Amino acid sequence: MSEFEFSSGDYREPQITIHSDTREILANARRDIDRYKLHDYFIVDADSHHVELDSWSEILEYIEDPVLRRSGKSMAEIWPNAKNLALSNHPPGLTMQDVGGRIPHQAQLAERVESVAGEPRDLTLVRRAMESMGIAMQIVFPQPMLEIGLHPNPDIENQLIWAYNRWFTERILAQEPRVKSMLALPFNSPEGCLKTIREFGEKPGVVGFLITSQRQAPLFKNEYMPVYRELEERGLPFGFHAGPDYSVGKQMNRFLSVHAMSFVTCNMVHLTNWIINGLPERFPKLKTVWIESGLAWLPFMMQRLDHEYLMRQSEAPLLKRLPSEYMQEMFYTSQPMEATNMKLLESTMEAIHAETQLLYASDWPHWDFDVPGKIAGLPFLSETAKRNILGENARRVFRL
Amino acid sequence: MKHLIAKSGDIAEGGRIVRDVAATTVGVFRVAGQLYAYENTCPHQGGPVCQGLLIPRVEEKLNAARGAEGFRFDETDPRLVCPWHGFEFSLTTGCHPGSAEIRLTAFEVTEEGGMVYVGV
Repeated sequence: MSEFEFSSGDYREPQITIHSDTREILANARRDIDRYKLHDYFIVDADSHHVELDSWSEILEYIEDPVLRRSGKSMAEIWPNAKNLALSNHPPGLTMQDVGGRIPHQAQLAERVESVAGEPRDLTLVRRAMESMGIAMQIVFPQPMLEIGLHPNPDIENQLIWAYNRWFTERILAQEPRVKSMLALPFNSPEGCLKTIREFGEKPGVVGFLITSQRQAPLFKNEYMPVYRELEERGLPFGFHAGPDYSVGKQMNRFLSVHAMSFVTCNMVHLTNWIINGLPERFPKLKTVWIESGLAWLPFMMQRLDHEYLMRQSEAPLLKRLPSEYMQEMFYTSQPMEATNMKLLESTMEAIHAETQLLYASDWPHWDFDVPGKIAGLPFLSETAKRNILGENARRVFRL
Repeated sequence: MKHLIAKSGDIAEGGRIVRDVAATTVGVFRVAGQLYAYENTCPHQGGPVCQGLLIPRVEEKLNAARGAEGFRFDETDPRLVCPWHGFEFSLTTGCHPGSAEIRLTAFEVTEEGGMVYVGV
């Protein structure tokens, strides 16, 4: 008998690059499907992304204003590097997310994709990721467009949001019933928000609306009340999607610092305004979803706002309960789930009533994405809690 | 169990091989003439760490007044970076530089008669 075995196992790609297939990049996630019996769960991914700039020339065609549309197409055609960027406000910090080339899938998914009946290649990439992670339904958002609230020209912002929403509902959502989205509102224009909700609110795959959180948005102003009422009456949730803002980099010299802070501080501001102005009391049936700020900020906000409120109740007279109690009725996406201290994570989940309020999110293909196994493997969650977080809570919130 | 995983010539200096062995996947690296073998599963979230970038450690130099003088590469300390999330491991020790408790699963690797074997 030989003292060794001759390995006949498959060879894997020696190194994953931007050209690797999504299914090869996520091959280890596929193992989790068996390990945690994920096919026994209804898994909804409440926050993932596609690369809209790959389809930018198509999206420019959807701009309604003929003069701006012509300007955008001209810019894309004659400027050397504007083909995928014309009219956008792509911020320089976004290209630092891949840690200097260490995380290739964040930079781009340049894998081979056979054209499928004229569909955008992004749809194939989304399907590959869903299949690899055992996801039944995926809520998909754009990427650089999530910075649109920082665009210097509000009219261009509104036109681009409208164009993207039209393109996405026609070219992606109408093609694949497993893909859903919360569409961005042109939040600098309350009238534009109402128009957007009325135009797209009943389109296939639209499960809610959101604001891109990186913006100076006085969401407590009276002009916005009709927007919230419209969403509440339609039963559509209202999301706040976080993003980075490199302008805080004027005080910070590392992207690690910028990313760690700015993805959270934007939603800290909006959540504080939302609660202290009594909006949960004014629109009690409107569900809010806080997206991509992680979880560790939530117990801080609960304690901080309760602490201040108890001493200054006269400045928030619409509130009938503690701020933390309103927070326990809001919804949160799980990623990036800070899990370096399991006791703190367990306490956080208890504080926010995670069993009914937390929605699993991958954030794929971003550099800090979370696989479903990260929830399924948590030692302190009950089977019911895992099932709810991985998909049943999303089924309820988004009426899937 | 000892597994014949490759011929010596399949793993050049600075190169690697990543291959399914038994019920797992193993990466074997040759750096500065030394072979290292690790499981292709990151201790963070299970990413394919052995298929990540090999890159020298980044160090930050301080001057005598403790002022920062910028980053530079330390070519003597190769790092293996998980392509899923960037968790970084010293190739020679298998440890994360920020926490020795976060470490790769290492396998014994030997080279005899022009063949490379791993114990899995």
